[in-house]
Order: sequence, then structure tokens, then C-alpha cells
Amino acid sequence: MPEPSRAPLFGLVTMELQVNGRPAEGRVEPRKLLLDFLRDDLRLTGTHAGCEHGVCGACTVILDGRTVRSCLTFALQVAGHDVWTVEGMAQGDELSPLQNAFHQQHGLQCGYCTPGMLMSALELLHERSNPNELEIRQAISGNLCRCTGYQNIVKSIRAVADAYQAGAIERAMGDIWPKPERRSSHG
Amino acid sequence: MLAAGFLRSPYARARIRSIDLDAARRARGIVLALSGSDLADIRPLPDMGSRLTKRWLDRVRPRTQFPRQRLLAEELTHWVGEPVAVVVGGDRYLVEDALDAIAVDYEPLEPVVDLRRAAHPDAPKVHPELEDNVIFDFEVALGDAAGAFATAERTLRRRIRSGRNAAVPLECRVTAAVPNVRTGELTVYSGTQTPHTLRRTTAECLGMPESAIRVIVPDVGGGFGGKNSVYPEEVLVAYLARRLGRPVKWVEDRRENLLSMTQGRDQDIEAEAAFDGDGRVLAVRVNQWLDCGAYEPQGPVVTYQTFTHLLGPYRIRHLQFHGRSVATNKAPQAPYRGAGRPEAVLVMESLMDGVASELSLDPAEVRQRNLIGPQALPYNVGIPFRDGNDVVYDSGNYPELLNRVLDTAGYHSLRSQQAERRKLGGKLLGIGLACYVEATGTGPFEGAAISIDPSGEVTLATGGCSQGQGHEISLAQVVAELWMIEPERVRIVLGDTAHIAYGAGTYASRTLQLVSAAAVEASANLREKLRLLAAGLLEATADDIDVDLQNRRLAVKGDPSRAVSLAQVARAAAPGWGSTGAGDGAGLQATAYFAPSTQAWASAAHLALVEVDPAHATVIVKRFLVCHDAGRVINPLLAEGQIVGGVATGLGGALLEEVVYDEAGQLLTGTLMDYLIPAATDVPNVELDHIETLNPNHPLGVKGLGEGGTVGAPAAIARAIADALQPLGVDVDTLPVTPERLFRLLQGEAQPSHSAK
Repeated sequence: MPEPSRAPLFGLVTMELQVNGRPAEGRVEPRKLLLDFLRDDLRLTGTHAGCEHGVCGACTVILDGRTVRSCLTFALQVAGHDVWTVEGMAQGDELSPLQNAFHQQHGLQCGYCTPGMLMSALELLHERSNPNELEIRQAISGNLCRCTGYQNIVKSIRAVADAYQAGAIERAMGDIWPKPERRSSHG
Repeated sequence: MLAAGFLRSPYARARIRSIDLDAARRARGIVLALSGSDLADIRPLPDMGSRLTKRWLDRVRPRTQFPRQRLLAEELTHWVGEPVAVVVGGDRYLVEDALDAIAVDYEPLEPVVDLRRAAHPDAPKVHPELEDNVIFDFEVALGDAAGAFATAERTLRRRIRSGRNAAVPLECRVTAAVPNVRTGELTVYSGTQTPHTLRRTTAECLGMPESAIRVIVPDVGGGFGGKNSVYPEEVLVAYLARRLGRPVKWVEDRRENLLSMTQGRDQDIEAEAAFDGDGRVLAVRVNQWLDCGAYEPQGPVVTYQTFTHLLGPYRIRHLQFHGRSVATNKAPQAPYRGAGRPEAVLVMESLMDGVASELSLDPAEVRQRNLIGPQALPYNVGIPFRDGNDVVYDSGNYPELLNRVLDTAGYHSLRSQQAERRKLGGKLLGIGLACYVEATGTGPFEGAAISIDPSGEVTLATGGCSQGQGHEISLAQVVAELWMIEPERVRIVLGDTAHIAYGAGTYASRTLQLVSAAAVEASANLREKLRLLAAGLLEATADDIDVDLQNRRLAVKGDPSRAVSLAQVARAAAPGWGSTGAGDGAGLQATAYFAPSTQAWASAAHLALVEVDPAHATVIVKRFLVCHDAGRVINPLLAEGQIVGGVATGLGGALLEEVVYDEAGQLLTGTLMDYLIPAATDVPNVELDHIETLNPNHPLGVKGLGEGGTVGAPAAIARAIADALQPLGVDVDTLPVTPERLFRLLQGEAQPSHSAK
């Protein structure tokens, strides 16, 4: 049977970017979503598709230090920029403090919302090292979870904040945040 | 891997005059495009009535007429979102381009969308081959309701409506099929809750032996019942892969999911209660209509389950119940977390509060007067469950559950606060209660295949699977305890038809309960086999053998020098020259299928404290308490997670979630901005308590609890809102209590029905 033509409708564009602290590149159609580029082209399947209309938050990644919906971002928009996904959190087999906390506190059940939840939690803890419960709930209000009822997710994030307050961990998150001069202004 | 995509009907009810697939077939990157008339070599999906047991049919004698669901719509479409054509191509982007190029000539017809009108014998028919739209109709009588009503001191009536809900798992449906063109076998990966049923149905439809199909369920991002049915899309993906000789994958998007995953609730129930001056409910009469949309892929489960759960933990000896599933041109209905129980609890708790209100009694007191006491158990309710057996509450302590939540909440103090607030005006406090029982662990069976590796690792395989419940952990705990080894040395294999011959699946709060019972039986058999083999090798009797899996050896009791290693026993168990193992009994493995004699009845009490702001028509759930009884709890952390998650879902059903169709049968809630599921700022911290009354029909005393939070929360919250609004003289009778509905209640207006005007 003849191979179906994969020749794209609009031509492919080559792009380079940073993903999880390392250079990456791709050749994509202009209409390709960042979500699909990460999953299909870079095989980083930790970022999940939940709605493709920007509501559920399962596709959340960190772009130049701010969380964005990768389902509402085109891959080409991030050419030359700095993307972090959940795969950038662990160091080899060693889970990050946030991931450990989710594990300990039973902050995930099916795990589908979890990568996006972690991204939002990272952003929160970067901005506020000691958030109260309301601040935590507001920060993750854009990440829908159907399994947990959020209670243990809040506990997980609170546990990391507590550990940081107590000096038990040096930083709440890894080296995710770019140096100030590399931040670019995007949408 | 090729991508598949579906063209879906834009009309609720239309005749398909023609479908032109030419442009789609010629589109870039497309290998195949098919419509309903191209599927002559596939058999239709099995009859949805096939799940009904003879015993139940003989006792209940319902009127049934089940329409046959097509894989792709042929002459007629039945709901907006029904699959009409399928396209396969290089990737989903190309497939979507091709779907746009398909030209369908529809003749739109008047759709049937109003539930009560659809039930009328003269209503236009959703399925022309049936007599009318009432596809399931039953009546059951308990005691003498007519007599009780005739002589009762007081009666009251309510009409309670539960809005339609969507399951909305975070991960949509996904199916991938990989054919082996050399052997003709097919491996299907699907996010299903029922792998063996998917295998059987796929085999039937494709005309293949079951043994040539393997279904593997990978990590699944939530199910909640929505992944319990075998869908046309799943069968078609398997068919396409086989026909093309290439792997094919379909990834549902959220729009499709809100359009065509099976939905739940959507009931209109008229109920009357007859009661005495002390608030004791003597008799209940119910007329039930359930809107099942175009099909009921699992038969009338939900409709009937509302009936079996209606009387709840209350001592009511007279009941007249007339229930119906009514077809309309909406998405099909199948069990969705709670599966008819929440609607039943909502009705009964509304009646209880009605009684309290009429007699100026405290609502908690009325419930206490009606609850069945622990000394009365086992309690035969006197009605048939869907397996045809009597409903018998086997164990429980319903008054204790209620007392505990009242105590923990500081009920009397809350009533004082409520009274204070009423004097001050402004925001109103309301307290709502829900006491319920919950059938868990439905049959017909579930299996456990236990095997032991010479390394000492124990494996349990079952047809149950996981969509986040953590069965991998709780089952490992059970096996670890049965075999006295560390949980880390236990391997759990879920949802893979190659590892166990038969399975039913994960739904109805059954998996841990049934699989653990099967594991106990299989382990006993396997331990006996080990002893026999070791005894043979050591020239002793089986009773004299000690099994020490920790150290991988079996020894004669009291004489450790006479021992054999597990590896030696494994070799002896394998067929071969001079070995003792042979025939069916070969190998260190045993499989048991546990068929429960009846349901296990879990129970709980819920208390909701809400604050209603009349100025803004908003409701905040300030506190939510649960005291539940699921028998022996294997893993408290997992159990609590299930309950809190269930409460959140129930809160959604009470305040936020409603699938809305307009008069043309168009879905108005087609995005997550319109169909709102609870976010982190909507759900309070749930205060949890529990008691354990052991399941007498289970070796470990386990009952189920996966749906519990969802079963009671809508009623508790609805009744709390009604309680808050009592001074205004209005009652809550329609869920969800959206801001608009609350506003109208506050204005004293009638409730709008579920179709938007």
C-alpha cells in the first residue's frame, strides 16, 4: 500500500529552542500546537491534552518563567524561547521535592492533571514561598482535577512550603527560572 | 501509526440522504474513509438487553424494547455527536482537514428532547422500529402502599429533578489497535474500564476468535463510568487496523467527549410520602422518568438502581414504584459515578425534610426516628436487586453514622448560629443531611490469577483495572499479607486479557472487594499445591510443610534441615520427565473467580454546611462532613482519596454541572467553559470519619466505596440550601442549583426546566 503523503499543507519551518535546559530543534507546520510538538516531535509525553481550549490546565508548561497553556500556543511561537516541562523536574531517578510531596501526600490518583498541576505549583512557590491555603487554591484554580477533590494537592504544595520554611530543602524547585536577562516579553 | 478521526452528526435527528467521501479520500495523507454503508463486513454491537439476568426478568417482568446501536449512523442520526463517518490518515491534523471535506446531505427532522413528552405514546419516535420511546418500563410493589396512603395521617408530594451530568475524565477516550499481519492477531490498547468485554465485543463484531485479540489497558486518566461501555469508536479502530494491516490510533478530543461520551443522571421523579404525626414515614409512591438519550449501552442499570436505593437506610415497609427509561435525541446514558443512587438519595432526603417541615420537627430527629437500627440487621428490604436476589442490608450501623457527623459538626451549635444569622439578615446558613446505603461489588464475578516465580516474587493478575484508584497498591497489600512477603516483591498485573482468561472490569465500586476475595481463594489453592509438591519431594505429608516465601524455601515443621527451595518446587511443578506436576495443575499458579452471592451494602452519612448570599445568589459550601462505612479498609489513604474526590464530584452535580440541550437537540454545553466541573476554589476540605462493620460475605470483610462521596453529596448540599432558604418558604427541587436557579428561588419564581429557552 502506498505510504500516505505526509507532505504538509503549509510548508515546514525549522526552529530552535531550549527545552528543560537543553537545546532542542524541530521542523513544524505553522499550525502545529506546542502541545503536539512537545508530545509527538520531542516525545515528551508528560504534558497532557485535556481540552484543547485552554480551560483544564493539563497542558500547562513553563515558558520563559511563566506558565502557559501549550494547547493555545503554536510551536513556532516559542522558537528561540525557554520551555520547561514536567520532565525537567526530576534529576535522573531523583524526584524533585514537589513530586515527592505529591507522592507522599497522595496528591494524585489518575495522574493526568498532575504535570500541569506541578507546573502551576512551581510558579506559585517561586512567587510566594509561604502561601496560605486560599492562595494555593487560587493558584491551582486553573488546573482541573476530577479525581482528588484537591485536598491532598493542597497538602502536597503546603508540605513543600513547610519544608522550605524549615530549611529542610534549599529551594522549592530546581533551576527552572531563567536568569533575568533571558526573560522575554511574550503574550 | 495512522490516526483516525470521526465525522459526527450536527443534527439530533436527521435522515442521511447521501454521504460523499470522494474529496476526503483524495485529501492529502488520507488512506481510508468509510461511512455506515461501507461496514457490511462488521456485525452490529450486541443487544443492550443482553446483560439482564433471567431471575430478575422473571421477578420484575419489565417491558423492554432495546434499540440496536449502529457503529456508524446509517439512514438516521440519533443525537448530535453520533459518529457518521471515519477517516484514517497520516496524522490528526490531516484527518481533520479531510473530515472537513466530507459532504453529507442531511434532511433535518423534528427531534425529541423533552423527557415527559417523549414518554407519551404518540410522541415522534427516536427509533422508528420500536413501539414508542419508553425502552424500559417496570413497576414494583412492596407491602400495600395504597392502603397505607389511604389511612395515613399526613401525606406530602415532591417533584425532584436531577440535571444531566457528563463524566468528564481529564483524559478523553483513546484506542489504538496494532495488527500482526503474519499471525492475524490483534492487540488493542484502550482506556477502557472493561478489557475483557471489549475483547469479546470486538471479536463478535469482527468475526474473530477471542483468543486472537489481546486488550491491554495502559495508565488511564480517569473513567468514572464513562469508559465502562464498549463504544463504536473502539470497535471501529480495531476493524480499521485489521483492514489496513497497520496500527491505527484514535485520540478523542474534549469536544467529542462532551458530545458523545455516555452521560448520567437526567431524572424527573414524582414522589409522595405517607407519614404519621411522629414523623415516621410509612409508605412512598414514586413515578420515575429517566432520560436515557439515544441508547442505554449497558441496559437499564441506572433506572433500576434508583429504585433499589430509594428506601435507603430507612424502615419503610410500603412502596409503589413505577420507573421508565425514555429515549430522546441526546447522548446515550450509561452508569456515571453513583449510577442512579444520587438521584434516589436526593428524593428520599427531600421527603424526610418535607416531613420535618410539615411537623416542625428537627430534620436530624426525623431521620433518627426512621433509620433502621443495627440490631435489625441483616434486614431484608423486600425488593429485588438487579441480580434477581432480595435486597438485604447485611451489616451496618446507620444511626451511628448520623450521630457521628452531627457530633463532629457541632450540630446544635450550628443551629444556634443559623438562628442568630436569621435575626441579623444578610447571608444565610443552611445545614443539609444525607443518610444512605450503597450497593457495592456487583457480580457476576472477578478473578485473581496468582503465580509464584522461583525468585519468590508473587504475581496477581486480574481483569480489573485502574483509572486512578491505586488498585496496584491495595491489591499488593492484600497479596503481601496473604503470602507474608514485602509488598515490593508483589507484582500486580491489571487490565491485560493475556494474563487472565476472564474478567468483568472496574465499575460499581467492585474491584478491590471482589479481587481480594478471589485472591484469598486462589492463594489458599496455591498454598495447598505448594505443600503437596514439597511434601512429595520431602516424603512428608502436606500438613507438615511450612511455606516460607520470605526465604524462598519450604520445610518440614520442626525439622528445618529437611527443606526444599522454591526453585526446586517450581521445577517439580513443571511437566517433564520424572516430575510430579502435570496436566491442568502444572506450574506454581492458581486462578480463582469470585462470584459474590449478592451486593455488599456500604453506607454513610453526609452533612453539608452552606452559606447562601441572597444579594448575589451564590452558595459557598463552608463545611462538608462524611462518616462512612465500607467494611474493612485496606488502605486508608486511598480510601479517603476516593471519598474526597467523590464529594467534589457530587458538589459539581449540586451546584455547577449540567448538560444542556436546546429544543433542536443542540448541545449548548460543549466546552469546559459551559460545562463546569469543580475547581480548587469550589471545594471545601472534607472532614472524614469512618466506622467498620465487616462484610459478612467476604473473607476479609471488605465492602466498596469508590462512588460513595458522589452518592450523598448532591442531596446534602441541596438540602442545606433548602434549609438556608426555609424562612422564605421555598424548597430546592431541581439540581444543579445554579446562580440563576437560586436567584429565581429567592424571587419565589418557578424553576426553569432543563432545556434552555
